[in-house]
Amino acid sequence: MIEVRSKYPRTEYMEAPRSACSGCALPLAFRYFLKVMGEKVVFILPPGCSPVIVNVPRRILRHEGQLIRILLALFGSAATFAGGFKTGLIERGDTETEVVAWAGDGATLDIGLGPVSAAAERNEDIIFVCCDNEAYMNTGNQRSSATPLWATTTTNPPPIPKGQWKKDIMAIMAGHGIPYAATLTVAYPEDFMKKVETAKNMRGFRFLYILTPCPTGWRFHSEETVKVSRLSVETNVFPLFEVMNGIHFVINKEPVGTPLERYTAIQGRYAHLTSQQIGEIQEKVEQRWKWLKWLANYKK
Amino acid sequence: MIKVITGNEAAALGALLCRPNVVCAYPITPQTEIPERLSEASGKGLLKGKFVNVESEMSAIGYIIGAAEAGVRVFTATSSQGLAWMHEGLHFAAGGRLPIVLVNVNRPLALPWNLTCDHSDSLSQRDTGWIQFYCESCQEVLDTVIQAYKVAESISLPCMVCLDGVYLSYVSESVDIPDQEKVDQYLPPRQTILEMPCPEERDNRFRLFKKDPPGLADDYEQSDFMTNRYQLQKIESQCVGTVIEANKEFETLFGRGYPPIEEYRCEDAEVVLILSGSAVGTSRYVINMLRDEGYKVGLVKLKMFRPFPKDLLRRALLGKKKVAVIDRDISPGQCGIIYQEIKWALNTQAQPPWVPVYGFVSGLGGADITAKLIRRAILFTLMEDPPQEEVIWLGPVKAVGDDYDRSAIKIS
Repeated sequence: MIEVRSKYPRTEYMEAPRSACSGCALPLAFRYFLKVMGEKVVFILPPGCSPVIVNVPRRILRHEGQLIRILLALFGSAATFAGGFKTGLIERGDTETEVVAWAGDGATLDIGLGPVSAAAERNEDIIFVCCDNEAYMNTGNQRSSATPLWATTTTNPPPIPKGQWKKDIMAIMAGHGIPYAATLTVAYPEDFMKKVETAKNMRGFRFLYILTPCPTGWRFHSEETVKVSRLSVETNVFPLFEVMNGIHFVINKEPVGTPLERYTAIQGRYAHLTSQQIGEIQEKVEQRWKWLKWLANYKK
Repeated sequence: MIKVITGNEAAALGALLCRPNVVCAYPITPQTEIPERLSEASGKGLLKGKFVNVESEMSAIGYIIGAAEAGVRVFTATSSQGLAWMHEGLHFAAGGRLPIVLVNVNRPLALPWNLTCDHSDSLSQRDTGWIQFYCESCQEVLDTVIQAYKVAESISLPCMVCLDGVYLSYVSESVDIPDQEKVDQYLPPRQTILEMPCPEERDNRFRLFKKDPPGLADDYEQSDFMTNRYQLQKIESQCVGTVIEANKEFETLFGRGYPPIEEYRCEDAEVVLILSGSAVGTSRYVINMLRDEGYKVGLVKLKMFRPFPKDLLRRALLGKKKVAVIDRDISPGQCGIIYQEIKWALNTQAQPPWVPVYGFVSGLGGADITAKLIRRAILFTLMEDPPQEEVIWLGPVKAVGDDYDRSAIKIS
């Protein structure tokens, strides 16, 4: 038997979720996140999959029998609520508790983009986590601005998949010059937890962007969540990188040259893809990867 | 200390005296002076709490909801479009029982664009569960902000203090500014219902019964919703009493007070005029004038609109022959909003008085409610039979196909 050595605690802050779809990446994200973050944390949850998973049928985030505090926020206001809550805590003399806004792609890239941008501009001392499952999954898979090119959703059904490129929230956040922004996936737990730790040890607005593959919406087998996550990184669809102060880019995983088809072929939302469309996505992915490399080569 | 200040400055000073921990407001005409003054105070170190510049009213309410959830005293101010932009936050704050104080400078919503006074912005938020006060003078604005914290924090409900855009917000009056020590005595620091880190440990002090679920934002179960609203309704029904108490205490400390409704020369009055806001001042003048002429008329100033002080009104209007209501708002397709409420209050009880109520609509979008118009309304009520129409237009109205008619009503 192989002994797994990890510097991260074995403590679990989460009971088994009962209302997540099987194969959902969100419970994994919560689990890894809390392992590093510990119990001195308050979650601000806007509507989305996450509040349902951790609250229904009952609260499942706890530590030694105590509930970890969760505050439900308005859809567009997670970042603002979190900023206000943090300021309130500081006013009461509590500077330690970490306030985490934990939102989906809708609450971050779409309805909440203004408040997220404003909180970043004010450099609120919070961690903003965006769990991107590339559509409004809580309401049953409708198109969001995070839905990738040529993917289908219930509001972009075949034969008319989404014809626009996915909004680049990392570039937007980097544009604010915030202390820390990073991309994470559940396929690389060590990398995941390292980034959460980095964020935890910094102050100011920290942005963690987690790709959370959704078997229900993306239509892949529920045991393949980690595989899909890994393929998203290996194909450069979702590169793992960090941005410090908006200008210093660090790439964490170099590509291994996996062809894009391996990522798209196992997902039902891409079932209709033509080779021309695949070529189009491939070309864009390569362009953006080159651009990222160019950014990462910037030296002071 | 007596100072000549505008209504906006009075609101800002009132808030400052209450020592809020977090102040967060987005500028909008005619409210802009309030965040400016508070930001200035923050720069000078007079505001000990934090002043936060946000990017919209939605975020102003969001930010202070967050801070109020963390257990500190908060303040915001807005107007018109801004209040509408806050709308979902208003419901959220009331359902979450957060003692937020919000100053709203009354201005109607577009279209047509209008930057002056009208009560329709705050009255259309009547079903959010917020306590609503309307002010007559700059002094009352300052004092009501202080009282609002007292009321809001003692029963854990958000409270809106409304002042007339332009007529109060930009008008300077002499205002007696209370001493900080006295305000501190009246208003101790906020006691919090929230104890970190988990809601089960919360202090039960502010709940109606020990066993009540907290009804706060972290409750998710849908079955709690009716319980939450049941409690909200229950606490709202106690609210008038709380306001009277808070006002009594204020009166003993500061020598002036503002009851939920104020009766002015109503003793033997046959016709009673009801309205709220800055036009009350003009109405007092008209009532005095009419009394001098021998008419038996009186005035009821409606300061508190939510919860609606129905019992006080019923008592005040007992035995009166007719009631005139001047609404500075309209619910299109129905009638004036205060008129609806008064009519309801007077006609939904087993016992009389079933008093005929005349519903005037006047002063929309900053049109003047002049002494002449008020006089005309009172005399119309006194002399004419109750009209068929629910809305009697008072003031300049250009009806479709009509010539510009300065008097929509004619007194025989």
